[in-house]
Amino acid sequence: MALPYEVVYYHRQLQFGKFCQSSVDPVTQHNTQQAQRKAAMAVLAHAEAGEIAARLRDLALPAHQDLRAPENGLVMLRGRVGGDGAPFNLGEATVSRAAVRLASGEVGFGYSLGRDGEKARLIALCDALVQSRDFGGLVERSVIAPLREQLMVRRTRVAEETAATKVDFYTMVRGEG
Amino acid sequence: MTTIAELPPGFADKVLSAQSTFRSVMDAMARPGSVQRIVPMAGAPGVMMRGTAAIALTLFDHDTPLWLDARMAESSDVTKWLKFHTGAPVVQDSSVASFALISDGGALPALERFALGTSEYPDRSTTVIIQVDSLSSGRSFELRGPGIDGVAALHASIKPFDLFERLRMNEALFPRGIDVVLVADDAVVAIPRTTRVVSKGS
Repeated sequence: MALPYEVVYYHRQLQFGKFCQSSVDPVTQHNTQQAQRKAAMAVLAHAEAGEIAARLRDLALPAHQDLRAPENGLVMLRGRVGGDGAPFNLGEATVSRAAVRLASGEVGFGYSLGRDGEKARLIALCDALVQSRDFGGLVERSVIAPLREQLMVRRTRVAEETAATKVDFYTMVRGEG
Repeated sequence: MTTIAELPPGFADKVLSAQSTFRSVMDAMARPGSVQRIVPMAGAPGVMMRGTAAIALTLFDHDTPLWLDARMAESSDVTKWLKFHTGAPVVQDSSVASFALISDGGALPALERFALGTSEYPDRSTTVIIQVDSLSSGRSFELRGPGIDGVAALHASIKPFDLFERLRMNEALFPRGIDVVLVADDAVVAIPRTTRVVSKGS
């Protein structure tokens, strides 16, 4: 006898990873610096270089220098069979990285998927600013928060578009049953 | 606060600076005894000279095991800087090192303790980079060998004083042997294993 089964198929489900959805909101409540940096990274990683630059342009930035000029390289992505089984190498991804130091001594690091070195540098600069006592609040207010807002709007829209294309498949029980 | 706040920066322009430094070191190797200048500058940590820092950024990477002399190894600025900018592993056993950094020439260990290469792979030897006081004044030396038209003169104040006597072991070892790079601030002189040096006294 054939068993009845149901497939719920979400169109475009692969466009964003699961962890992205939940990582932004809860961590902002933690007040530790590590959590702040993490939250800032979660936003900045999804922003365009131009968007970050445009928002930083309006700020009076402190003196800073490139500790590590932007450079491109490869990182090996590792996966696990079934999510928690034996590790295997999935493939390599292009990554840009940079490190920036403020005159006051804070060091920020930026890693970004792709070959946009300028974006990695801007992320590193933001990371350094977030750690700074004088600029942490300012950057959070005028750079991170608006970008987060924008990101959430974009995500909500995609989620709505995705939900609108939800299709339920049913297979009728055939034969005598 | 992050712990590496005091790290000096690397090259401002990675590619061109590394190319230019490589050129200087290559010319120094090709013309033993000639003094080459290293133009691009990076921040140098602790006891490391500017030229040494530029050479480190150019030649070291995660495939080149590194041996540091006691003065370098005990400076956490130097080890952190090398780790951050080059990623080269620092080893305790000098006989597996690709490069050795010597800031205190007086305490240079016996050269036999470095990698001498093998007859099949003479290139797998340690290149010893020694920081010296001066490469423009001091005792004079006479150099002969491939890359030198006749005789080259070198004026240098070098520690250890018997460096070139010690390097005579290269004569017996060839094609194995130790290559030496002398650095004084931004000046570089190379003494490859084929060069024979005669001290002319003061």
